[in-house]
Amino acid sequence: MPEDTKSPSPPPPGNEPKPGAEKQSGAAQSTSSADKPAPAAVPPKPAAPAKPTGPVPVPWDSPMVAKLRQQYGSGIREANTYLRQNYLVVDSSLLPELLQLLRDEEQFDYCVDITALHYPQREKQFDVIWILYSFARNERIRVKTQIADGAPAPSAVSIWPTADWLEREVYDMFGIIFEGHPNLKRILLPDGWKGYPLRKDYGIIQQDQEWVQINLGIESGQ
Amino acid sequence: MTERTSNLELDAPRDKTFLDANELIINMGPQHPATHGVLRVILKLDGEKVLGTECVIGYLHRGVEKIAEHRTYTMFNPYVDRMDYVAAVSNGLGYCEAVEKLLNVEAPPRANYIRVILTELNRIASHQLWLGTHALDIGAITPLFYTFRDREEILKIFEKYCGARLTTHAFRIGGCQYETYEGFEADVKKFVAFVTPKIDEYEELLTTNRIWVERTRNVGLITGKQAIALGVTGPVLRASGVKWDLRKAQPYAAYPDFDFEIPIGQNGDTFDRYIVRMQEMRQSLRIISQAVERIPEGPIMAKVPKVLKPPVGEIYHSIEAPKGELGYFIVSDGSTQPYRVRVRPPSFVNLQALDMMVRGSLVADVIAVIGTLDIVLGEVDR
Repeated sequence: MPEDTKSPSPPPPGNEPKPGAEKQSGAAQSTSSADKPAPAAVPPKPAAPAKPTGPVPVPWDSPMVAKLRQQYGSGIREANTYLRQNYLVVDSSLLPELLQLLRDEEQFDYCVDITALHYPQREKQFDVIWILYSFARNERIRVKTQIADGAPAPSAVSIWPTADWLEREVYDMFGIIFEGHPNLKRILLPDGWKGYPLRKDYGIIQQDQEWVQINLGIESGQ
Repeated sequence: MTERTSNLELDAPRDKTFLDANELIINMGPQHPATHGVLRVILKLDGEKVLGTECVIGYLHRGVEKIAEHRTYTMFNPYVDRMDYVAAVSNGLGYCEAVEKLLNVEAPPRANYIRVILTELNRIASHQLWLGTHALDIGAITPLFYTFRDREEILKIFEKYCGARLTTHAFRIGGCQYETYEGFEADVKKFVAFVTPKIDEYEELLTTNRIWVERTRNVGLITGKQAIALGVTGPVLRASGVKWDLRKAQPYAAYPDFDFEIPIGQNGDTFDRYIVRMQEMRQSLRIISQAVERIPEGPIMAKVPKVLKPPVGEIYHSIEAPKGELGYFIVSDGSTQPYRVRVRPPSFVNLQALDMMVRGSLVADVIAVIGTLDIVLGEVDR
């Protein structure tokens, strides 16, 4: 599948997804995926997946990353390539300045998507993810940051107007507040709904009983 | 119902005279034939002029992303068909390819060719449905009968291939479940020969029709720059002069093997979007003819384990669906169920442009613009 995001610089030599090369770099790079506190961090051996060890993130080197590292130092926590897709993990204090810079100076003029992930066991429970694309460079990147429950994320509406509904959906589903959003309210669920369905502690058949009883006039939606 | 509050913002405070008593807020939908489903639009009007709109969506919300977290990768596959139900094949292609990437497997060439043929057939079906209903909204009844008659031939091919007409579940993670049936190639070739003159026929009805032209020219204008800022993709973006199609920009499946053009417009109005979609149908036919001639022999399924446990990691994969960029962001925690599946729906993002496109125009144009955006509420609400 040649869906590779074309990096302006030639990819680093160890970038090709060759199983042999990856096993070697796997040991060295295993720390870089430590931010994912997945329950099964070790690939389950007995289930015999297609490859015993899958590809691992490798460092992403490009002039842009070098420039950002120079400017923000350790604020850029990770810059990796996984499955030929590039992503940055950054400190939430760099936003929205970094997003503005990516649009203005690095030509990421299209904000593809904004979404979030919930890790209830973690101290900073949420990952907020911006997927950006540059028409000029034909390149797609992800910017990822961690925020705590109740802490605000910066709104990108003034950078990309498309962020309006995308942020509203994240708010609707996760309860993440986007600071500076002009009209942050629920979008898919009704205004009076309680709870944020895509949080991991929200059950699959859970619902706002009170809302259902008052507004639909039925005991339960189940 | 608890009232959904509307906060329509007008560009500038208007002089308050007694004439402003004409300012009116009306509600369109959710049960309205021209909203293509259950879309509610609150319109702020001054006479016939639209001062602002607000969309109220979510009536079809089924929590698809939540469901995904409680199903295995394989079990979730049929659910994606229920988002954009008029282009179910595209949804399935995007999802299967995303999971394949996460698993680090590739569908075999024959499967990719079958996928391209079915996806492009589905693109034509989706555009035909769009054309019929859009023209009906504007007042031309005939194209609806023509397009539904011809779309039926595509649905028959789907039915013969996998037993379903709309929510096809045509593909599996790793390839296709079904080998093509006896006479598949002949059916597809017959369809291409059948529908090519039919597209000319639709164009004869509309392209030079004075009423059609006057109802669509300079209606719902959006420039390329505005479209990019609003994240608009698909034919709407291309009609504004941005030559960008994921099949070319970041090719997937077997698309690099085929010759085809990316039709674009200049003005970014409803008429240009109509022309772009008409040309896209022709380009799709071109791709189908090439694919069906060259379809390779071989297996249709890659080697995938019975129980799918993608390694820990995440992937974003997107395809050019008939409506625009359809993306899947999938996070795996190494178990049999995805940790998170995020769908980047083109209809949802494109609908956001409605407000900008109709401000200052007439109520009747709102209908034209909703039609030209080609939204499917199943995908907007998920």
